[in-house]
Amino acid sequence: MKVFVDATKCSGYGACAETAPRLLQLDDWGYASVVGEGVPEGAEGEDAACRAAAQCPEAAITIQD
Amino acid sequence: MVNTLTEPRLLTSGPLDLAAERARGTYEAPACADVIAELEAAGLRGRGGAGFPAHIKWRAVAEAEGPRVVVANGEEGEPASYKDRWLLVNRPHLVLDGLLLAARTVGADRAVVYLSREETVASVKATIAELSKPGIVPEIHVVEPTYVAGEETAACRSISGGPALPKARPPRVSESGVDGRPTLVSNVETLAHAAWISRHGAAAYRENGTATSPGTTLVTLGGACVSPGVYEVPFGLTVAELFEVADGFTSEPAGFVMGGWFGGLLGPAHAGTTCCYDAVKAAGSGFGCGAVTALPAGTDPLAVAAEITAWYAGRSARQCGVCDRGTAAIRDAFAALRDGTGTGKDRENLKRWGHQLPGRGACAFLDGAAGWARTVLDEFPTGSEFPTGSESTTGSESPTGFKRGGTS
Repeated sequence: MKVFVDATKCSGYGACAETAPRLLQLDDWGYASVVGEGVPEGAEGEDAACRAAAQCPEAAITIQD
Repeated sequence: MVNTLTEPRLLTSGPLDLAAERARGTYEAPACADVIAELEAAGLRGRGGAGFPAHIKWRAVAEAEGPRVVVANGEEGEPASYKDRWLLVNRPHLVLDGLLLAARTVGADRAVVYLSREETVASVKATIAELSKPGIVPEIHVVEPTYVAGEETAACRSISGGPALPKARPPRVSESGVDGRPTLVSNVETLAHAAWISRHGAAAYRENGTATSPGTTLVTLGGACVSPGVYEVPFGLTVAELFEVADGFTSEPAGFVMGGWFGGLLGPAHAGTTCCYDAVKAAGSGFGCGAVTALPAGTDPLAVAAEITAWYAGRSARQCGVCDRGTAAIRDAFAALRDGTGTGKDRENLKRWGHQLPGRGACAFLDGAAGWARTVLDEFPTGSEFPTGSESTTGSESPTGFKRGGTS
């Protein structure tokens, strides 16, 4: 699984970084990006990634299996 | 490796017409059985700035499903770079030869030349009119010149009838580009080299250059040198050797603006750095499109950084929040440092942004501004190396005031 943030859609809600803090990080202005290559670790990490994507108000997070 | 160019492959003393191009073999069939394998053996890297291996892009589109499109990208948006314009005006047949070779090789039924400058449109139009062979007739797509218009997703959007603005990946344009079709977007110089390789072979291509940056490259040399202009050099020269091709420096250089403006600023000690993708990257910068500007003696690096990052902040497409806010923050921090009102906090921020922000926007525009933050802070850790009151770069010797020069 690999996670991508569409920087053109991200509006800086920041919910994703609370849901999946090991996978998604915020910059100085609150915009999100993936940590490293954006590959979640283990079933727990993948579950958090899916929840983060589903919760994003801008649908800015996509997941590729 | 041979670093002395005995015979230029792309550079000529002036425009070549169809007869002159034919005499050089242009439009002749490839001498190799498998063009993509030959490009791989040659180690050809893309000349739009990223240096990405050409054969990977060609193969991805060749192996994709459905009707395909090839695009010759001549939208040279990088400031201080003129080599694509030079090529389109002087060797347009070689570019079209490369484009049609790419179309045949990847199985495309549509070939587009993507342009923004008037002189290149006129040149390519006249060149297409001269083509008599049956087969694909290249189309011309003209776009307003902007920095981001040359980015490959922006090119595909524009050709598809949309705005010339980048979009997030995935999908890559090799999966979904022009009209949603698998698309090969290739810089015009890359296509010209591909055409040359298809006839002369990978081994001949590798007679110049280094192991990981083989062959020759067009470069645009400017700033404090005797003869600014577009030149063809083998990869692997040092920065100082590069400028010998332009008849040397006019004064002891204060630094080098690399990769157009994309590679940021390297200090004067980098006169000995090797001009290949790996060495310039290892120096924290980028060779990019091969445009290098030598800053004249006495230039204040912070003044240059403030001027150029202000340009970045002004030109952000503002599609991505991080780019809009990030470029503005970098501009403001450099302006404060230049004006003497900056603090240690500004330096800390620039250093952090320089390493943290690359890769966070939909395209690489933000990476360019971040590169200035990173390189200037790394290369000039104490700020200006020169006493207050040194020559400003905002005058006539500005790096933005690149003069158009002749060719070797």
